[in-house]
Amino acid sequence: MRILRWAIGFVLIGAFMYANFFIYTGSIYIKLINVILFSALFVVYRVIVGPTAADRIVAVDILGILIVGMLALLGLYYDQSFFMDIGLIWALLSFIASLAFAKILEGRSLDD
Amino acid sequence: MIRTLIGMAFILIGVTFDFLGVLGLVRLPDVYNRLQAATKCVTFGSAGLLFGVFILQGFNSFGFKVLIGIAFIFLTSPVAAHVIARAAHRSGIQLTKKTVVDQYQEDHELKE
Repeated sequence: MRILRWAIGFVLIGAFMYANFFIYTGSIYIKLINVILFSALFVVYRVIVGPTAADRIVAVDILGILIVGMLALLGLYYDQSFFMDIGLIWALLSFIASLAFAKILEGRSLDD
Repeated sequence: MIRTLIGMAFILIGVTFDFLGVLGLVRLPDVYNRLQAATKCVTFGSAGLLFGVFILQGFNSFGFKVLIGIAFIFLTSPVAAHVIARAAHRSGIQLTKKTVVDQYQEDHELKE
């Protein structure tokens, strides 16, 4: 069972990397954005099947930081600088949301 | 020419660290292990990616926004990770079976 899980993981990641870097012909920025979106798929997996509530909070926090990096690459591809404004605001809101979720998880109210 | 090469090297290192951190988020057995792997790797990965974008762009408006983003990620991400780990430990989420020592629990028992 353990060997089967390792085989499924290697085949999935290897197939995605081969199709992304050798079959798909596009800009290098789009290829890197595809890698980050594939990582975000793993994060969404952890949000759905996470055993406790803290796992889901960690996953949402990580998703915010990943999206900031993805927006920087997107701005580099389109040669526009307003994507980074969206990235800054996204990082701020993700930080405040993480603090609020942690406070609720600990059992205190928000005006404590 | 050499600036493009260094910037693309930083961006590739950043995307690799993002992917490895998310892999740790999926594979590790515990909330605290997942938090450690995911937060450190993804913070360093996204900061390296943004630094590569800054090297590619230079000192224009996009470059300064990216520098502000690096400072913001380095300030907020460890704080959010610490708060989430403290809240998870106080709300009574169990550690994994292979744990050898839990010094936060011992200090908490000594104070009471």
